[in-house]
Amino acid sequence: MVPVSYYVALSAILFTIGALGVLIRRNAIIIFMSIELMLNAGNLLFVTFARSFEQLSGQVFVFFVIAVAAAEVAVGLALIVAVFKSKQSIDIDEVSNLRG
Amino acid sequence: MIEFNPLDLLNTLPILVLVSWACALLMVNVFVPRQGKGLMVLLTALGLAVTLILSIFQAGTQTEAFKGMLAIDDFTVYMNVFILASSLVALAISHDYMQRMGLARGEYYVLMLFSVAGMMLMASAADLIVVFLALELLSIPLYVLSAFARPQVESEEAGLKYFLLGAFASGFLVYGIALVYGATGQTNLIQIFAAAEAGVETPAFLLVGAGLILVGLGFKVAAAPFHMWTPDVYQGAPTTVTAFMAVGAKAGGFAALLRVFIAAFPAISVDLAPVLAAVAAATLVIGNVVAVAQSNIKRLFAYSSISHAGFILMAFVAFGQDGLFEDTIASVLFYLVTFAIASFGSWAIVIMLERKEGRGLDLQDYAGLGRKYPALALAMAVFMFSFTGVPPTLGFAAKLFVFRVVIEGGYYWLAIVGVVTSVVSAYYYLRLIIIMYMQDGDPQVRGETWLNLATAATAVATVLLFFFSTPLFEWAAEAGFLWF
Amino acid sequence: MLTGYIPIAILLILSVGLGVLVIVLGGLFGPKRPSKRKSAAYESGMQPIGPGTRRLPVRFYMVAVLFILFDIEVLFFLPWAVAFRDLGLYGLIAMIVFNIPIIVGFIYEWKKGALEWE
Repeated sequence: MVPVSYYVALSAILFTIGALGVLIRRNAIIIFMSIELMLNAGNLLFVTFARSFEQLSGQVFVFFVIAVAAAEVAVGLALIVAVFKSKQSIDIDEVSNLRG
Repeated sequence: MIEFNPLDLLNTLPILVLVSWACALLMVNVFVPRQGKGLMVLLTALGLAVTLILSIFQAGTQTEAFKGMLAIDDFTVYMNVFILASSLVALAISHDYMQRMGLARGEYYVLMLFSVAGMMLMASAADLIVVFLALELLSIPLYVLSAFARPQVESEEAGLKYFLLGAFASGFLVYGIALVYGATGQTNLIQIFAAAEAGVETPAFLLVGAGLILVGLGFKVAAAPFHMWTPDVYQGAPTTVTAFMAVGAKAGGFAALLRVFIAAFPAISVDLAPVLAAVAAATLVIGNVVAVAQSNIKRLFAYSSISHAGFILMAFVAFGQDGLFEDTIASVLFYLVTFAIASFGSWAIVIMLERKEGRGLDLQDYAGLGRKYPALALAMAVFMFSFTGVPPTLGFAAKLFVFRVVIEGGYYWLAIVGVVTSVVSAYYYLRLIIIMYMQDGDPQVRGETWLNLATAATAVATVLLFFFSTPLFEWAAEAGFLWF
Repeated sequence: MLTGYIPIAILLILSVGLGVLVIVLGGLFGPKRPSKRKSAAYESGMQPIGPGTRRLPVRFYMVAVLFILFDIEVLFFLPWAVAFRDLGLYGLIAMIVFNIPIIVGFIYEWKKGALEWE
């Protein structure tokens, strides 16, 4: 069996890639995909620990995360489409009218 | 076979009523054609009021619901009453504004109710699963509400920014919860507490997990360095939404922070307290220093709200010390109420002066307010004094209680940072007062019964409640947790 | 522990290595005489018209989002259906309660016309 630490390392890598993606990329959709990657890194961690503890609670948490992520997709894509309609761009640097 | 416990339904009745009410209102919004303009407002207010009364009846209960998922205790009741009362004020100041700006759509009220349900759930969360779900139930309607003035580009942009950074924060929260689960094998707060006291195999997971949970919730309460969204979102969102979210999202975030840190993480408070102190200090400095340079009133209040989040976070440094965590809870709750009162009052005045297409929001638009509308200017001055912490306003008492906790907790340097940044904050709060009274101008004010009423009530409360601050603080101190 | 994976690793290295080797060799020794006709995109003998990625009407996006929401509903249905007998009446009632908000949402989007194609 593959040791738990491998999964933890994999999820940490995925999480870091996601977080860096949010910080580096400028396209709203790609930022959003990076956020999904972060959530899924968390999911992987939950499933790993649930399996090593032989519990179900961690796996149930994954269900909720997936459901919430879907709700976020619905709202997020709607916002992105709305912004695209009025600005013809989803580059978050170009979509910046609010400055102090 | 799962056993059904009817008491669970009774104990969670306020939230159940509110959520069902919101669903019913959504149907009313669709099926009642040509509804009178006030119908949705009236029904929303009714729903909030009924929930408020039900919440008050829960005072004194100390119980769990749904197998330890929710905790119903005095803290829950205190927060619920506070959140529901705040929402009623937010509703009062938004009615006229929504009509005037052409935003009067029924979904506004439904989304608001769902968000309130999320806040209430946050206050009674006893399991990290519920913390996560409540946070999302609180946030997702707020993302939509921020973009409610569609197709105004600023509002859409505010919604998108709030959404992206809020979802980013959820990512941190989920990962943090997963690490805590990995360290302790539990998601229930009180079982995490027990596991952490007994000692865990991998303390690094627990510590990093707690840190990531702090990041996730820190985004919601706008603590530095996770505050970047705040000014843009506060400025772009419709002003009534800003007022609602400035108080509501903060209240929910701090309720969860209190619950999670005090119930689950006292065992690692030695390691967490310095981190919290650093975050609080950074928030205070950034909020207050950047606010000095703002000329738009909504941005100014955004930075001001960041700095107040810093003040509230200051109280957290003592969260793990014996005999002090009660003071931490009480001073946080007291500060939240103080902030809410002054915040709603000042936003109500901003709403009165705002005109279409974002005009009337510059600081210079307040010139001459003292001469033309003395009562309004006086109220604004009271709120500014309360924000600064000048007696005899509630803000002074709130800051005093927070400083006391910080000093008793042994963080003298943090108290000094707090005092110095308070002095800095006096500069920009007083500048607004000087503009109102010393400069000439012709401000245009739209008065409306509910707006006037809200402003007057909050202004009077800010001054009057100062004289009752000690009993109020003791009342807040009684809002203890179920497990202590 | 991991010895069982060694054949797979060898296969992976070999296949990737061979692929890279062939591409590199071809690039090094193959003749390069580009012409306009050669570099044109080829599809069943027709001249390509317009860019390859077309913008889809926003209607597709609406349907996709609605699909996601009901898709997630199934996510919760499946474990419930698997453990249906063990969960008993409580599970059934819980599922009905779970469905009420979804039905409310469904009625809302129906009445708002999100399901109309035209």
